[in-house]
Amino acid sequence: MARLTVEHLVKSFGSFRALDDVSLAVGDGEFVAILGASGCGKTTLLRQIAGFDRADGGRIVIGETPVSAPDRHVPPERRRIGIVFQSYALWPHMTVAENVGYGLDTAGVREPERSRRIADALALVRLDGFADRRPALLSGGQRQRVALARCLVTEPSLVLLDEPLANLDVHLRAGMEDQFAQFHARTRTTMVYITHDQAEAMALADRIAVMDKGRVLQFAAPSTLYRKPADATVARFIGEGIIVPVGVRAVPGDGHCTVDLFGMPVRMRCAPGQRAGDASAVLRSGDLVPASASDPALAASVVRTIYKGGHFRIEARLASPAPGAHDVVLHLDVPEPSSLAAGAPMTIAVRDGWVLPA
Amino acid sequence: MTAGTDTIGQGLKERIEENALLAVLLLVVAVLSVVPLARLIAEAFAPGGQWSLAAFGSVLGNAATWTATRNSLVVALGGTVLAALLGSAVALIVALTDIRARNAFVFLFVMPLMIAPQVVALAWLTMFGPASALLHLLGIAPPPGSRNPLYSAGGIVLLLGVQYAPLVFLALRAGLRALPGELIEAGFAGGGGRWRVLWRIVLPLMTPPLVAGVALAFVSCLGNFGIPAFLGIPSGYLVLPTLIYQRLAGLGTSVLAEVSVLSILVGVIAIVGIRLQDMMLRRRDFRVVSVSNLATPFELGRWRLPVEIALWSLVVFLILLPMVALALTSLVPAVGVKLSAANATLENFRFVLFDHDAARRAFRNSLGLSVLAAIAIALFAVPLAYFLVWRRSRLLRFVAFFAELPYAIPGVVVAIAAILLFLKPLPLVGFTLYNTVWIILFGYLARFLVLGLRPVVSGFHQLDRTLEEAAQITGARLLRRLRTVILPLVAPAAAAGALLIFLTAFNELTISALLWSSGAETLGVVLFSFQQGGDATYAAALAMLTIVLSLALMLSTLLFAGRVSRGVIPWRD
Repeated sequence: MARLTVEHLVKSFGSFRALDDVSLAVGDGEFVAILGASGCGKTTLLRQIAGFDRADGGRIVIGETPVSAPDRHVPPERRRIGIVFQSYALWPHMTVAENVGYGLDTAGVREPERSRRIADALALVRLDGFADRRPALLSGGQRQRVALARCLVTEPSLVLLDEPLANLDVHLRAGMEDQFAQFHARTRTTMVYITHDQAEAMALADRIAVMDKGRVLQFAAPSTLYRKPADATVARFIGEGIIVPVGVRAVPGDGHCTVDLFGMPVRMRCAPGQRAGDASAVLRSGDLVPASASDPALAASVVRTIYKGGHFRIEARLASPAPGAHDVVLHLDVPEPSSLAAGAPMTIAVRDGWVLPA
Repeated sequence: MTAGTDTIGQGLKERIEENALLAVLLLVVAVLSVVPLARLIAEAFAPGGQWSLAAFGSVLGNAATWTATRNSLVVALGGTVLAALLGSAVALIVALTDIRARNAFVFLFVMPLMIAPQVVALAWLTMFGPASALLHLLGIAPPPGSRNPLYSAGGIVLLLGVQYAPLVFLALRAGLRALPGELIEAGFAGGGGRWRVLWRIVLPLMTPPLVAGVALAFVSCLGNFGIPAFLGIPSGYLVLPTLIYQRLAGLGTSVLAEVSVLSILVGVIAIVGIRLQDMMLRRRDFRVVSVSNLATPFELGRWRLPVEIALWSLVVFLILLPMVALALTSLVPAVGVKLSAANATLENFRFVLFDHDAARRAFRNSLGLSVLAAIAIALFAVPLAYFLVWRRSRLLRFVAFFAELPYAIPGVVVAIAAILLFLKPLPLVGFTLYNTVWIILFGYLARFLVLGLRPVVSGFHQLDRTLEEAAQITGARLLRRLRTVILPLVAPAAAAGALLIFLTAFNELTISALLWSSGAETLGVVLFSFQQGGDATYAAALAMLTIVLSLALMLSTLLFAGRVSRGVIPWRD
């Protein structure tokens, strides 16, 4: 059952298309990340789902109820969802308990249930004992958890998180990521998590929707995005894929095909319906290794080596790319110790790759 | 947990609540601004409901109209030039250089704005007249019977300049504070000296605030009643507001059509002034790209002390000495008696506080009116500013315009419009506001609405809207959000606005001079009648009491000044 359905959503600001035919179906209890660079439309999408802005076209359905459609717009007050804002948006004139209890007061929840639920929500985010503090006296991570408790206390069926970790120190983020994951495992609340950080999205989400220029490019599980990106933009954005031109020669139909890569035959993964002919493929640094003598290999020269702690990231320019092609720079990781230095010749073997569906 | 259609619904209640609130706000602004001004225009063109240009004919055919118009233009332009020179020079020094004791200086310099023009006029009159207690103490008093030099066009110009220089100062200082320091540093890096940077970079960029401040000063000089009433009426030098006052005071409501035409005349001159400002600013792009760090102050070096001495002597001569003269006069036992340590008395204070019936009523009325106006406007300004800032629309731009209008045009115009609107009993209830204290309250609400609105609008601009959205998403409807989240957060700004309204209304004269009636006097009206009746010592005592109260309030606000955005409280640097 879908908890949140977005169908053909369109939103423009003047001549700028912020959302261009966006469709998503989020299952009940699913943790979905919306991933994209700033300006890709992900915040606009969140504001549409919350009901802060009206859509120009398309539909949004929460549970069974259409909340945005050409002929209706249910206001945010009535959507029964929770939001954790990037700025946390804690009310500075209220204590932690008052912040958390606000939604209960709105809903008319009486004592003693009110106090019990505030205490439960604070315990859930490990902030017992902070009930009487003012937000100004809390650390960034604690404020984040108050915002989470405030959003969960009313038990919304859908929770939207707008870059919730963007304002935290790097060392706090990992801890908060764990908390979000544990929290989702316990409550099974449907969560839509907006972020520009792919590591965060990969670590947390069941599925990720990659957005660019107001469109959803691909909506899939993290490993699918990594192993089978739908197009070059997704391939470059997720895991720094290197896009290379290939000629597909043979498609046996077992999920693999044989391609011609700069004159060298390579076996790669490809989509079931892949046809023979010119195409593009994505190579990951993990697919590339320095060749041993017997391997078929590409000749290259090292441009730069970057020490990464335990291994080197090598950037190498191919010696003879296809005629008319631009310079092709591949990167691969080699373990320490390594004798490769800038300008040194090397040969690279290609173990795997993914032919991008045309 | 399934959310069915009964629990989610279409949001009908929310829409009804928001539209009802908006309708109330629109209605109030219409009643305070659109309706009275429309009534005024109707009276000028159709007195008594009949289309007729007779009123126009008789007013425009009268030589007194054109004399007053010329006088109005002369003193308004003269006062504006003086205010612009004084205000901008002081603003540049205070905002750009490293002079010391800025807070105390700013407090004194903007004081005339807070203690009413008629009080400033009275203080100057008591300083220069042959009966001046100060000049007698110094032994330089003019001979008895000699004419007070301030009873002249020059005197009016001088006092208007002193009174409204703070308006130019405040506008320019706000602009200078928003000026990025890099622009000045880039000027120095480009090899410019201080004066060159000032002329070529700072002043050109400061054109918008300077022009806005000058336009505001012009409109204020044009509409000012207290100064030309105290300095011009005794010598027969009438400007449009005092002409309107004299006509209405002398001939009563039979001349309403004529004074409506005069009001429209002065209103049109004011609007022309505001339009000129818009046109001047539209021709060029003055936008400053970003504000990163503020300008570091120019070091004055060995010139610092001379500049400080010059600034402080300005304040001493223009503001403090007249106040001292006023204070001394308030201690004189009787008009004409020379003050000495032996005969100084507090009798005048006792008289105005306890013995004089009208003065006692005036304290009660002015306090009540200004408290009511301050609280009502502050509460009304919060939802109105909410819609103006966060729910922008074409309709609301009109609302903002009409909320500003009664303050932008001269106060006499608002007063005449209020008379026209409330002369007859109100429909349905049969109650007549005219000749009661409530018509003055109406005038204050209309005229001072924008004083309360501006700080709240700037408060909303500084507020993160997600604070409201976080409440909205929990299901809180607009009225609940306003009460529980928004009101507490903009309360300091609303309080600052309420305070400005209180101080302005407490010392007000223009509106109440035209709307007062027996039993509904204000402090300004009683001060005016003391002065006109020659009771200079009672007038001085009454004025001193209002000054002390205003100063006490101004000083007490410095305690919570840190909680509102900079510039909201004008007397704080």
